[in-house]
Amino acid sequence: MSVFIAKRVLTLIVTLIGASMVIFLVMEILPGDPALVILGVDASDSAVATLTKELGLDRPPLERYLSWITGLLQGELGNSYAYKVPVWELVQGALLITLPLAVMSIILSITLALVIGLYAAANHNKAGDVTLMGISQLGISIPNFWLAILLIILFAIELRWLPAGGFPGWDEGIVKCLKALLLPSLALATVVGAILARITRSSVLEVFREDYVRTARAKGLSQRATLWRHVLRNALIPVLTVTGIQFAALLTGTVVVENVFHIPGLGSLVLKAINNRDTIVVENVVLLLATMVITVNFLVDILYAVIDPRLKAHDI
Amino acid sequence: MSDKRSLSFLSRCRRSRSFVVGGIMTLFLLICAVISLFWTPGSAYNIVITNRFLPSSADHWLGTDQFGRDIASMLMTGTQNSIVVAVVAVSIGLFIGVSLGLLAAARRGWTEEIIMRFSDFSFAFPAILSAIMLTAILGPGGVNSILAIGLYNIPVFARLTRGSANAIWTREFVMAARASGKGRFRITFEHILPNILSIIIVQATILFAIAILAEAALSYLGLGTQPPEPSWGRMLNEAQTLMFLDPMQAIYPGLAIAIAVFGLNLLGDGLRDVLDPRLSRKR
Amino acid sequence: MTLLSVKNLTVTLDTNDGSARAVRNLTFALEKGETLGIVGESGCGKSMAALALMGLLPSISRTTGRIDLDGKNLLEKTEAEMCQIRGNRMAMIFQEPMTSLNPVHTVGRQIMEPLRLHTGMSEGDAHQEAIRLLDRVGIPNPKARIDNYPHQLSGGQRQRVMIAIALSCKPHILIADEPTTALDVTIQDQILELIQTLVREDGMALILISHDLGVISENTGKILVMYGGATVEAGKTDKIFEELVHPYTQGLFAAMPKLGRSRTTRLITIPGTVPDLISLPTGCTFTDRCPLATEICRETPPPVVEVKTQHFVACHHLEEARARKTEELFS
Repeated sequence: MSVFIAKRVLTLIVTLIGASMVIFLVMEILPGDPALVILGVDASDSAVATLTKELGLDRPPLERYLSWITGLLQGELGNSYAYKVPVWELVQGALLITLPLAVMSIILSITLALVIGLYAAANHNKAGDVTLMGISQLGISIPNFWLAILLIILFAIELRWLPAGGFPGWDEGIVKCLKALLLPSLALATVVGAILARITRSSVLEVFREDYVRTARAKGLSQRATLWRHVLRNALIPVLTVTGIQFAALLTGTVVVENVFHIPGLGSLVLKAINNRDTIVVENVVLLLATMVITVNFLVDILYAVIDPRLKAHDI
Repeated sequence: MSDKRSLSFLSRCRRSRSFVVGGIMTLFLLICAVISLFWTPGSAYNIVITNRFLPSSADHWLGTDQFGRDIASMLMTGTQNSIVVAVVAVSIGLFIGVSLGLLAAARRGWTEEIIMRFSDFSFAFPAILSAIMLTAILGPGGVNSILAIGLYNIPVFARLTRGSANAIWTREFVMAARASGKGRFRITFEHILPNILSIIIVQATILFAIAILAEAALSYLGLGTQPPEPSWGRMLNEAQTLMFLDPMQAIYPGLAIAIAVFGLNLLGDGLRDVLDPRLSRKR
Repeated sequence: MTLLSVKNLTVTLDTNDGSARAVRNLTFALEKGETLGIVGESGCGKSMAALALMGLLPSISRTTGRIDLDGKNLLEKTEAEMCQIRGNRMAMIFQEPMTSLNPVHTVGRQIMEPLRLHTGMSEGDAHQEAIRLLDRVGIPNPKARIDNYPHQLSGGQRQRVMIAIALSCKPHILIADEPTTALDVTIQDQILELIQTLVREDGMALILISHDLGVISENTGKILVMYGGATVEAGKTDKIFEELVHPYTQGLFAAMPKLGRSRTTRLITIPGTVPDLISLPTGCTFTDRCPLATEICRETPPPVVEVKTQHFVACHHLEEARARKTEELFS
């Protein structure tokens, strides 16, 4: 087990370094002169020269990369050019909104997927199954930000049950905040949940054809007990894989959906930063989002080993 | 069983409901795009403020927006935009990704290692994240969104191609070709590519749908297609500010995206049934 | 009272291409402690018959006839009642030990499951019993092995675990469907011997299913030969081996490789392939491959004749089949 985890942690570190290098390459090396990007093409030469020095862009790339990374590890991300405040402050506030939103959405999608997927599998080829799979096919095709708009029209404008957008801040009490995050997470979870529900259904149906399910039935276990004790855990393995893959989609989805609801999370922050040409903020937020994707996939890998004892054996 | 296997290609097409429905929806989309090149019911560009917020009528099928532009015409012209972005983005991913995948499978060793490691961490950069980076340094624009979506597609195709190609490389007929002295390059084009083509086509169809979704999201954020060029995502962005005033304006563009994506997804499923019956039976 | 009495058991599968009678009018009786072998080529309906006994057929199938266990018809029982019989009164071992165990649970948990379900044992008692069972089926160091996952065991060991699961609740009937087919030849005999020993010790009745006439002849007291879902020959093992009557049984016996036969002698094969169950004739199922077949065979099901005491054959051309030598039949 320890060998298995050590290997995964090593992969995690290598992937994180690779991702940070790609971001550094794209954001600081490709454009040639980041100072020019920040100030715009009309900027005077002296202004560009001052900013170049201020940002430390006159140093060699490797040195700049290393100082970025060491800064990151110490929570020192430099100052936002647009707001003149530490980037870490901006990111921290936004992260405290995006992270709960992402967690809420993923929990909601998995719940949705398991309920729909299991119900459809249990009623294989019956009316309920066909209807639910038709709906889920639609759910996959709907853009999440459009669904967000539809939800606002229905629940905020027509029914007036929930706020149309904005975020009160965590000091205003958890209930208010969760209410503000409910529609955004529903918009995000519907699409991902639809994909996962289809995977859950086909995976459960596939496992039901396995020999060991017949063994369980031959022991005298009822159909239902067989599902819970023998099918579900095996069927979850492919569901987990796709959840890992879909988390990236979900996280980029938050970037878009936050903008629909005007929620000041990482998505809103990065979009404002683009408009302000605040490349330092963009760079760090992108790295943060990429890190979240990579970390979730690392956790999925670990979870695999918990669910499937065969995996551990392969690595040792 | 035997008569099922010998079904002709055409009758397999007709048998697959997904293929028929998805095909018709996709065809409808293409026809809209082609017609809009020559004719639209109104003008998708002309701003006539006096005509703003008109309801549906014979002149304006779906009404007009806050600038008096004809919504039906904007939707039709927007189809062009979505299709062009998706075609170019998928082609970028297709050509580069499939080439890399074929190369990895043909050369193995360190070539494969480098290509696969690279696509391993590229999963951390979905299209929108790449687009955010590109826009931050190059400024917003349609080309950037095409580039970002295309970049995202490369590792997807590379991984799929390499996996399927590796499986074909171990088959007897490839062994036979190698034994007869054919080079790796020639085998790749004579034996490997034709055998994995159907899988690639199915994947391309599904990525086409994803590309349309991604383009709409980027345009919605203002990172993609710029005004006055009509695009579905952009239309949604503009409609959102008017949600309280005219909610229908927010319905149409989303519906267009959903129809396009739904049709392409169905077509992808259908193509899987039609091109590779073995695959669909397994599912 | 007869322990198990099967009468006119017929299983029909409704497939897309038409309905197939996988089992036709299967009739046999099994007393306590008796051993019955069902032999036939793959696809002859023997596994279907076993699954029908357990009530585990796929939903596309229909079962008619009677399966009386202690005089009560299993086909009339509810699913909940069947759950109390399966694994408790009747247990089954399957062909594929590699895939018949759940990969994500320890073998101990899988053995304890029927114990907890049917005997109401506590967790601790079931654990002790599972260790005892593992020891009984010949797994060394059972205290350590009980926490192993299936992938950590060899094929033979997994089949021993399957046997432990089947025997856990001391069933009255054990059904073993090709229990050794997937195993190495050297392991096969060990497993068969283990089943024999355990069956004798517990006084269970055994239904052993195999395509291998040799395995059946060495391990069972009664034999039932199936072809295309129908019984072609049945009776006491020693009676049948005194005189193989049905052309199919003769062919099956002749096709067995035998020790000591000269290398130049060609192995006899039955011409043709295993039949498609959907297009089988209404009469004798063996018609299309039988050297003696005439028009009557195709249309009319052959009568079952008791050629000697405890030896039954279903064939229209009994006299001819008995008169000709096997080599003449299949040459």
